Amino acid sequence: MDFQPTEDQKDLRAGVRDLLAGRYGREALRASVDTGAGVDRALWRELGEAGFFALRLPEAEGGVGLGLPEAVLVFEEAGRALVPGPLVATHLAAGVVPGAAAGTAVVSAFDLDGPLVAHLADADAVLGASGVPAGEPVRSVDPLTPLHRVAVAVGDVSPYREAGALLTAALQVGSALRTVELAVRYAGEREQFGQPIGAFQAVKHLCAQMLVRAEVARTAVYAAAVTGDPGEVAAAKLLADGAAVRGARDCLQVHGGMGFTWEADVHLHLKRAWVRAEQWRTAAQAEELLAQELLGSAG
Amino acid sequence: MDLTYTEEEQEFRARLRVWLAKVLPELPAAPSPDDWPGRRAYDLGWQRRLYEAGYAGLHWPLDAGGRGATPTQHLIFLEETERAGAPYVGANFVGLLHAGPTIAAEGTAEQRARWLPPVLRGDEVWCQGFSEPDAGSDLASLRTRAVRDGDDYVITGSKIWTSHAEVADWCELLVRTDPSAPKHRGISWLAMPMDAPGVTVRPLRTLAGSAEFAEMFLDEVRVPVADRVGAENDGWRVTMVTLSFERGTAFVGEVVACRRTLGELARTAKANGRWDDPVLRRRLGRLYGEFGALWRLTQWNVSEAERSAGGVPGIGGSVFKLAYSHARQELYDTAAEVLGASSLSLEEGWVLDRLSSLSYTIAAGTSQIQQNIVAERILGLPKGR
Ligand SMILES: Cc1cc2nc3c(=O)[nH]c(=O)nc-3n(C[C@H](O)[C@H](O)[C@H](O)COP(=O)(O)OP(=O)(O)OC[C@H]3O[C@@H](n4cnc5c(N)ncnc54)[C@H](O)[C@@H]3O)c2cc1C
Repeated sequence: MDFQPTEDQKDLRAGVRDLLAGRYGREALRASVDTGAGVDRALWRELGEAGFFALRLPEAEGGVGLGLPEAVLVFEEAGRALVPGPLVATHLAAGVVPGAAAGTAVVSAFDLDGPLVAHLADADAVLGASGVPAGEPVRSVDPLTPLHRVAVAVGDVSPYREAGALLTAALQVGSALRTVELAVRYAGEREQFGQPIGAFQAVKHLCAQMLVRAEVARTAVYAAAVTGDPGEVAAAKLLADGAAVRGARDCLQVHGGMGFTWEADVHLHLKRAWVRAEQWRTAAQAEELLAQELLGSAG
Repeated sequence: MDLTYTEEEQEFRARLRVWLAKVLPELPAAPSPDDWPGRRAYDLGWQRRLYEAGYAGLHWPLDAGGRGATPTQHLIFLEETERAGAPYVGANFVGLLHAGPTIAAEGTAEQRARWLPPVLRGDEVWCQGFSEPDAGSDLASLRTRAVRDGDDYVITGSKIWTSHAEVADWCELLVRTDPSAPKHRGISWLAMPMDAPGVTVRPLRTLAGSAEFAEMFLDEVRVPVADRVGAENDGWRVTMVTLSFERGTAFVGEVVACRRTLGELARTAKANGRWDDPVLRRRLGRLYGEFGALWRLTQWNVSEAERSAGGVPGIGGSVFKLAYSHARQELYDTAAEVLGASSLSLEEGWVLDRLSSLSYTIAAGTSQIQQNIVAERILGLPKGR
């Protein structure tokens, strides 16, 4: 058993991190917040060229031919960089919707419970649906995830639910790890009472707990990617949602008043984490699924 | 990232299963938790079986009398023995998991030859004399003094919370050998025989009602200088070696046990109707997910240790201990919710486990100390003044 990433996997992750650092760094992130642009088509195509969407498509079909373990590493990086857009739905649509694999099409999905759908105005297609339905815009809590209300959900995502939940969990883990970094950096720089606030235990312990939750979620996501087991996927989503939401909230606390400003990036992580927590599989659904599995375990 | 076991590892598991199925039914009945001499005999008996079958000191290096098994094989061993309901390492905990590995790593050839084989054979029990009344979390402030007199140290002071001191033969003892040095620098690591004149052990009753640990009074106890492991005043570094072993794979079997316990709880809840409460049901589901993830984190840490030189567990052990100790306490709080008022009866096996789980966030470094370690040593946050 060797549960560590291989050299190839590490290289892949590093490559995506570099690509995103150059192409979607902090300035690009803030620029898209200022313009309210959800999906950057040029970036979408670049991600497509780098194999982000075609990663799991077989080579015979023009894909990269890799698996879920590689996909979660790559999605973790996208979560860290807070890349907006229906990344998961478009990835799942590779090989199904023309243009998805190459990143020339933007594909959304009915992955939220109820009548809301994300990125509808930018979508060329909706996963599992024959067309793009009309919808009423709704003011979204996340400035980079526009939402529409539609009359009826027309796309069935059930065949994609496991992979969708897992890749979303990977995005959450990336965001959780990023908020640990942001908190640690701020705690090392900001001084109060004549010393960096990171020297205070109350702050240290917030940061330590953020890391603990993120690391537990990260191994859960990696393991679920390796086994593909539905229970493990549900646990991974559950733990990753918690790590991302609570991590962003603790990061905000570490930033004090600065954390409550629009200017700090912390709220962007928190709001996106809230959106993702409602996608593909909610905590309640994951817990119910796990409870049923538990009842049947070691019987 | 690969969670499949190699052919060799699978063979190892299969052989172990066959052996466990054969020997476990032959074991005598387990003694009551209060009967420490009985527990000593039982635990040593089990150790002897392991020794005879070639499973003793599985993860110890070959030149220390171990089997030189890989961390993964050790993981399989801990997983399978727990699954099969084999005895816990029990009274042999300190010898096998702390003192032994420390002597193997830091001791001289004579010291290894003298102390390691009896631990592996199940002849001798060790205890750990680190904590003192005024030196718990701040272990380096310990005051028990060892003054050199010819070829001996003469030791005076007291220790506390010494687990199974009453039935131990040897104690890994931390003493101050240089009172004028900065506090981390003047400490030495000694092996002290528990029957040495001047050693008095006074059992302390735990909140679970049993005498699991003790106070130890040391009144001019003589220990040969030759029984010091590591250099004089270098005991702190030696101790850090010990502690990294302590937090390494110490809880593997327990994670397996917790997952089984959760399954039993779910079935109990189904039988008594509590399962229909969605809040409780979801809580059980969440815990199941958490313990599954903790098992994966164990495999992650073991894989990491396997790749690192020497197989010394990393500080990822602190991350694990923090998550695990709290999850375990929540597990038993949830058990109490499932059981309702019967959780007040000591006749329920769960209740003793619930009580003992209260020590998990304290023993081997409190959660607050673990959080300091994670924040300062992993995240690099500044030390407080
Ligand atoms: C069941 C059990 C078995 C044990 N077995 C052994 C044994 O065999 N051998 C042995 O040597 N020891 C043993 N111990 C002792 C154990 O290692 C100590 O209890 C532990 O390290 C805490 O020390 P303390 O009890 O003195 O608590 P204290 O250090 O007094 O701590 C009290 C409280 O203050 C907090 N605190 C202390 N310092 C800080 C700080 N810097 N920052 C934030 N919070 C802080 C702690 O987290 C805790 O909440 C055992 C303990 C238990 C419970």
